Amino acid sequence: MVPILTLVTQRIALGLVLLLAVSVLIFAGTELLPGDVAQAILGQGATPEALANMRTRMGLDESAISRYFAWLGAALQGDLGVALSNGRDIAASIGQRLGNTLFLAAVTAAISVPLAIFLGLLAVRYRDRWPDKLISGLTLTSISLPEFLLGYVLMYVFAVKLGWFPSVSNINSGMSFWQKLNAVALPSLVLTLVVLAHMMRMTRAAILNVMQSAYIETAELKGLRRLTLIARHAMPNALAPIVNVVMLNLAYLVVGVVVIEVVFVYPGMGQYLVDHVAKRDVPVVQACGLIFAAIYIGLNLLADLISILSNPRLRHPK
Amino acid sequence: MPDPLLSIRNLRIEATVHAPGEPSREVVIVDDVSLSLDRGKVMGLIGESGAGKSTIGLSALAYGRGGIRLTGGTITLNNREIRLADAATLRSLRGREVTYVAQSAAAAFNPAKRLMEQVIEATLHHGLMSREAAEARAVDLFRTLSLPDPETIGQRYPHQVSGGQLQRAMTAMALCPKPDLVIFDEPTTALDVTTQIDVLAAIKTAIAQTGVAALYITHDLAVVAQVSDEIMVLRHGKMVEHGTVQQIIEAPRQDYTRALISVRSIEHTEKPPSAQPLLVVQNVSARYGAMAKDVLSNVSVQVHPGQTLALVGESGSGKSTMARVITGLLPPRAGQITFDGRTLPRALKDRPREDLRQIQMIYQMADVAMNPRQTVATIIGRPLEFYFGLRGAERDARVQELLDAIELGKGYGERYPAELSGGQKQRVCIARALAAKPKLILCDEVTSALDPLVADGILKLLLDLQAREGVAYLFITHDIATVRAIADSIAVMYQGRVQRYGAKSDVLAPPFDDYTDLLLSSVPEMQIGWLERTLATRRMESAGN
Repeated sequence: MVPILTLVTQRIALGLVLLLAVSVLIFAGTELLPGDVAQAILGQGATPEALANMRTRMGLDESAISRYFAWLGAALQGDLGVALSNGRDIAASIGQRLGNTLFLAAVTAAISVPLAIFLGLLAVRYRDRWPDKLISGLTLTSISLPEFLLGYVLMYVFAVKLGWFPSVSNINSGMSFWQKLNAVALPSLVLTLVVLAHMMRMTRAAILNVMQSAYIETAELKGLRRLTLIARHAMPNALAPIVNVVMLNLAYLVVGVVVIEVVFVYPGMGQYLVDHVAKRDVPVVQACGLIFAAIYIGLNLLADLISILSNPRLRHPK
Repeated sequence: MPDPLLSIRNLRIEATVHAPGEPSREVVIVDDVSLSLDRGKVMGLIGESGAGKSTIGLSALAYGRGGIRLTGGTITLNNREIRLADAATLRSLRGREVTYVAQSAAAAFNPAKRLMEQVIEATLHHGLMSREAAEARAVDLFRTLSLPDPETIGQRYPHQVSGGQLQRAMTAMALCPKPDLVIFDEPTTALDVTTQIDVLAAIKTAIAQTGVAALYITHDLAVVAQVSDEIMVLRHGKMVEHGTVQQIIEAPRQDYTRALISVRSIEHTEKPPSAQPLLVVQNVSARYGAMAKDVLSNVSVQVHPGQTLALVGESGSGKSTMARVITGLLPPRAGQITFDGRTLPRALKDRPREDLRQIQMIYQMADVAMNPRQTVATIIGRPLEFYFGLRGAERDARVQELLDAIELGKGYGERYPAELSGGQKQRVCIARALAAKPKLILCDEVTSALDPLVADGILKLLLDLQAREGVAYLFITHDIATVRAIADSIAVMYQGRVQRYGAKSDVLAPPFDDYTDLLLSSVPEMQIGWLERTLATRRMESAGN
């Protein structure tokens, strides 16, 4: 078991180093912008004296490096600072919104991942026949449409015409689980349509690749049903590439859903980020960037770990 | 007389071939083959590659690989026609009435599942036994097949057992559901001879104990003679001859069968060593990268001008590493290599072009050793340009000379490697090596991937060229018959060391060391009962010790 432990430890260490590097990039990026926080708070008309006072008070006259470490140290302890635009604690504001974003992502993932894998298996089972072509055609169509268009079309059909779901996905902590689910139905449907094709195509390609192997013939000559054979013998050996694509899409569901949150006026991270970018609220942008990066790196790290653990040669060395 | 278990009548099998750039066309793979197999009997199907052996074997499961279709005739198994049976019927007979043992067990086992899970899968799938009963039967079979730790070996993954063990586990997998018929498709071909004899004995015992019928497919007549009751000889998808083992071996009726039996009958008289050796390998040790153990340790051999040194040994014995060290691809850790009286630089990049020219290589897989997008003339012409600066008409004339030397006529120069047969490809590789006018050619398993008759042709050509051009060979092989055919001296390699070294007549004559004895006695001979006699001798010897 020693080599696998080493591999896992290495991968986790690498993820942490990467996260540190990203934090430097985020800090440096906001540092490069013209003007600083003091300027942003006091506005264009501020006197040089007022600016200098403000900078001393906020510690902005210290070197960039010491400010970076102060920021990083506070962030590690959960203190993300205070938003400039409204003076609220960033960590508290994000907490609620991150929860909402993760809820939407989780609902979408719970629908799209099993569906994508099942459709992938089905496409392999009926390879090059009409079910395969139909699945590919539909998923490729849905990924080709811009997501805001998809969002408005579904909203028109299901919210306006049929009235099944609300068109504005407003959720708050007072709602029950089912009420919340009802509220996020439309955005998660749109997101499912957006991420389905990628995961389905990868499942299909990865399994087809394995289907050439001699052990698939062995299984077929045992008299197994085609779908059993695909799920039991091909799927476990195609896991690594599938997990990678699934994780990339999950990461997208957390960090890339800005458009859908805006379309459905959903109180998630994306909306929050967009609002504060518009107001040049640098501490909030930094905090959001750091959280997004952590989630992105974390999910990809998880994909790597699953790939390593799914390899029997690494799990059970000679 | 009871009905036969399997009866194949006038079988015709076709496939669609999609050659790139050409319209796809139909080819007939098997034509008008009939056979009949009674319960508990073993029939050997023998022939060269492309003879349709595996295709016929798989037809007993009504299965066609890739685009292969069973287009004509009848296949009757247990009194029902299966060639045109529907998918559900086929599923119910595959893995229950007929099972299959593939050539490469290493590829045929799912790497992600434990052995036991795979061995009992068909039995459980068809609902033949409870899980406990199936596992108990699997353990019994492991024991019958002489697998180590029969109680626990099923808990291992395929990569955790050796090739020979995996082949036996595959046999257990085939026998577990108590089928009526097992198709053995070259089950020992990928194994070393010393492993092959054990697996062969295990398979034979298991067949005898379970009373199962079998189709045993192989290209090696000596192997099939040990396990079969009858033999069918196939060529180009047609039956050549069919008879009992005794009749086929002792009184073959067809020329083709006679050719198969007399294969490897090349006579080569050993030449005495000269005063001045061409290549001296002295106390060489080598290892790959940061490996903890040497792959070659303290190896010393000599090759004399115009003679052949055969390096013989099993996979992993360090034979090919030796070739890499001599060419400089793998600089040795210790020792030195002298060629034509000069010490060779250790690494390839330090050697002058003249040294490179003098030592050429021919590889096992001719088709991957050539650029598929170059014509034969370009491939052979390249060393002529590189070493001798030949251009234009001069080069073309020399290419034609070389093509004549390898017995390929005019017109072959314009062909691409894909348009050549396996033997022709290897001939082109020989011509490419000869083009450099080397003093030494390293031949790494050059006949292993070829059918016996084709391999014979290549060996004859090599001997011929040696007589004419005076080139020396370092011939790497695992095949004792090849060694007998062409060597002047022999080095037996075992675990990176030279176990035995000397003139051919000395090395192949008793008294033997233990390993050489094991190696030589494991080579199947074309006699009925060879397997039992050999194993009995070994048991007596080990009891005597």
